[in-house]
Amino acid sequence: MKILVLMKMVPDIVEELEVAGDGSSLDPEYLRFIVNERDDYALEQALLLKDRLGATVTVAALEAPEIDDVLHTALAKGADRAIRVSGIDVIAGTRAKAAALAATLPGIAGVLPADLVLSGCQAIDDLDGFVGPLLAGAIGLPYLGLVSRIQVDPAAGKAVVAKEYAGGVMGRFEITLPAFLGVQGCEKPPRYVPIAKVRAAMAAGGIEAVPAASGPAVTPLAVTAMAKPETAGHAEMLEGSVRDVAERLADILAARGLI
Amino acid sequence: MAGNVWIVAEHWKGTISDATRELLAVGRGLADSLGVRLEAVLLGHGMRGLAASLGPADAVLYVDDPTLADATGLQASRAVAALASERAPAVILLPTTNLSWDLLGLLPARLGVPLVNFCREVEVVDGALRVGSLLYGGKMAVTVDAGPGPMVLAVLPGTGTAPAPGAPEPHVEDVAVDLADDSGVRLVAYEEPEAGDVDITQQDALVSVGRGISSEANLEVAEDLADALGGAVCGSRPVIDQGWLPLVRQVGKSGVTVKPRLYVAAGVSGAPEHVEGMKDSELIIAVNMDADAPIFSIAHYGIVDDATDVLEALAEAIRKRKG
Repeated sequence: MKILVLMKMVPDIVEELEVAGDGSSLDPEYLRFIVNERDDYALEQALLLKDRLGATVTVAALEAPEIDDVLHTALAKGADRAIRVSGIDVIAGTRAKAAALAATLPGIAGVLPADLVLSGCQAIDDLDGFVGPLLAGAIGLPYLGLVSRIQVDPAAGKAVVAKEYAGGVMGRFEITLPAFLGVQGCEKPPRYVPIAKVRAAMAAGGIEAVPAASGPAVTPLAVTAMAKPETAGHAEMLEGSVRDVAERLADILAARGLI
Repeated sequence: MAGNVWIVAEHWKGTISDATRELLAVGRGLADSLGVRLEAVLLGHGMRGLAASLGPADAVLYVDDPTLADATGLQASRAVAALASERAPAVILLPTTNLSWDLLGLLPARLGVPLVNFCREVEVVDGALRVGSLLYGGKMAVTVDAGPGPMVLAVLPGTGTAPAPGAPEPHVEDVAVDLADDSGVRLVAYEEPEAGDVDITQQDALVSVGRGISSEANLEVAEDLADALGGAVCGSRPVIDQGWLPLVRQVGKSGVTVKPRLYVAAGVSGAPEHVEGMKDSELIIAVNMDADAPIFSIAHYGIVDDATDVLEALAEAIRKRKG
């Protein structure tokens, strides 16, 4: 079984986000990038399938700050191949990124067709689309998103997956492979890998660098302004020692008959 | 702009969703501003009766097909795209709910039109749409000049106010679409969450924990406060992902919507996916280390501090008063 996992980097929102001088984008000077959390779950799903059934897992990502760390970590965790596609701006829209991947991936030997293509089902910067649905159509695969469990029957060429609805309800789907799945979660959190193993993967090299093939031009959305959200209201902030704050909260709860 | 405004109606277990009712209000305003009709697309099998409740729409385009009974996003996008190619709506509105998630990703790709995601404001300026969206987990707002269309807008729940019942019944048009399903994707069954756990929608007080509580060990502090308040513990996505709480305790997009008398958000940043599930709580108290956390914009009281410390002290203060 062949599995392709697509990963991407997104701004780390734990850091302070600053707007650039153009007033409509993030200031790159203050940006730190981390891997899209859902893509990490997609990788874990692929590695779990490899553990259970045996599979070749290829990870592909567009070039971005810290991407080599992410790819080396994927190799250290058990991925067989890591591919870095260069030439697309890290802050380009998701539609442009999906188009670049659609143009590039079929030209890389041994990557497609794959039995399963996995990516995270969403990212915090997906203003103009999600990678999965955009790319699945372009490479001719059926797509199902919000998936959080994947079982594969390789002999039958089918997968049975759980898709999240609201209120904790799951839909169990049967899918004929090959297919593209957008991953929301996993039976377990992404595995930990010791830093020594990541260093070893780093020392071994192993990331294949591929320039992006030119695909159809994508008109980006016209983002004319970016700012911290203006909100109708804001919490009344309580300040002071933890003990004082707790007493004032208890007053508020008592006044409302909540305690 | 000559095309109409469309919404794609969601239904779940035989009922039109709240998100759809809100979307009807957003769509009505937009259609009136543009001077066009508001049409609701309803997909299903034996669901024609639901059209009557899509009141604020001028018309309902109803597509009945066995493959649309529990339509996958693939099948729904095939149906809506076929209709849209024929009738050329200017704007198609969808809610950013789990039920519509695949459709909102697939439909723009199928139609080759732009998507603007996470919308919470839409206005018409000189015949073109100006859209306000929330990005980066709610930490930034962007303005998009989206042009006259065609386009798909994915709208955050809570953007519109559900219209009061009693709107006149819209005209219903039955529409036939060729819907051969060769996707190889088949729904086997819905699985309800296991019963036996606490029903968090029935609690007066909820202590909700997020990524900011740092470790599973700190759950105990949240449990203790919930105990002092006579309520229960729930959580946001990262806590469920870690396996610290079961999925039935999740508030937000994949989880449930709660409206308790008291909601204590501990280490919860307030991403839109979480906020949609708890924004209507009567009293919201938020504790977070990040003074810019979006949760403070909807909370009534906020504390910038370590959530575990504040929860611990609050439980103590409450117990002291109760004697």
